[in-house]
Amino acid sequence: MLDKIGIAKRIAREVKDGYYVNLGIGIPTLVANYVREDIEVEFQSENGVLGMGPFPIDGDEDADIINAGKQTITTLPGASFFDSAMSFAMIRGQHVDLTILGAMEVAENGDIANWKIPGRMVKGMGGAMDLVASAENIIVAMMHTNKKGESKLLKQCSLPLTGVGCVKKVVTNLAVMEITEKGFKLLERAPGVSVEDIKNATEGHLIVEGDIPEMVI
Amino acid sequence: MINKRVKDVKEALKGVTDNMTFMLGGFGLSGIPENAIAELVALNVKGVTCISNNAGVDDFGLGLLLQKHQIKKMISSYVGENDEFERQMLSGELDVELIPQGTLAERCRAAQSGFPAFYTPAGYGTEVAEGKETRDFNGKMYVLEKAFDADFSFVKAWKGDAAGNLVFKGTARNFNPNMCGAAKITVAEVEELVPVGSLDANQIHIPGIFVQRIFQGEVYEKRIEQRTVRQRG
Repeated sequence: MLDKIGIAKRIAREVKDGYYVNLGIGIPTLVANYVREDIEVEFQSENGVLGMGPFPIDGDEDADIINAGKQTITTLPGASFFDSAMSFAMIRGQHVDLTILGAMEVAENGDIANWKIPGRMVKGMGGAMDLVASAENIIVAMMHTNKKGESKLLKQCSLPLTGVGCVKKVVTNLAVMEITEKGFKLLERAPGVSVEDIKNATEGHLIVEGDIPEMVI
Repeated sequence: MINKRVKDVKEALKGVTDNMTFMLGGFGLSGIPENAIAELVALNVKGVTCISNNAGVDDFGLGLLLQKHQIKKMISSYVGENDEFERQMLSGELDVELIPQGTLAERCRAAQSGFPAFYTPAGYGTEVAEGKETRDFNGKMYVLEKAFDADFSFVKAWKGDAAGNLVFKGTARNFNPNMCGAAKITVAEVEELVPVGSLDANQIHIPGIFVQRIFQGEVYEKRIEQRTVRQRG
């Protein structure tokens, strides 16, 4: 089974040379730490920066340079700043190659819910609805089950949706799955996890064809 | 040169009254019009609708207006950092409309650019699209979203001149340029008001035509919401 860092490391392998990537808050943010160093990738943050670098050295932080999580950041050579409409033109116009975000639930048809739990304080969707409705390549980083052990990979989402039929791939602590017309197609198992374990943790339709290899992290 | 300069924030906010709709620039606390907000608190206008990506924190940004119960309605994409906001929302005192961030930006830009409405894929199939017109273009579904209609835009830039030309810095730019010229009156506050002619015309982000009033803010706290750093070496 993978921990959050393991999930981030596995997703980092999906990041290809020349990609512009938008990372959501949580596990997705960690992905930046594990991208291969011999490829060129630029990270976009929807508040208006392309070419994000690491956090600033203590004392160099600037209130005018933050990411979408409102954290102080730096920029790398070749970076640019832009307004919010242009930022979402990059996203909506499919100029960003890969979007990685977290989810509370994903359904076997690619629906995603990640912004609202009825009865609890609703903070808002931020840019998530724009991102999922627009991106061609969306990978969801999530735990396979909730704290009660219930599956978060469902036949149908029970929570209010963020987007419909948009998720292409899911990487969890147990497995890598592709979303196909017929459901979750199992591609890889996490180290030490059996196909049976994954079946038991997946409420939605899981397609298992042939031998399922163990993930290479 | 058409002079947009006003002498101070008081003159800049002339005409602001109860029950108006305001656009306010900023993402989190970055690039918010601090001086205009302070003056809105001082004027104690009530029943206002605020279009702003976020709602500030308890003791800064739009949180200052919330403390004094001046806001009737917030139109935002994310409001997670404000306890007083949560209290007023749950008690029903505050009306909240949450909309996707890109839709928020584009509804500003549409108002700025003379588009009454536009189609976006964001929110299709979700509660955001409820009651809205939807349409298929090339096999994909889109939601019709309308331009905002606001009385004042309050924006903050790094530098500006008396002609109303603006230059922004870093990610403090965010929604500010999209809100310029998107309301009946745009009030720009700047950290530094520079002599006309000293800004390079090639480097201006927002031409003065979109700005009706400009002034240099007295002070800027520029508070950091999430200070994240690494150690040297």
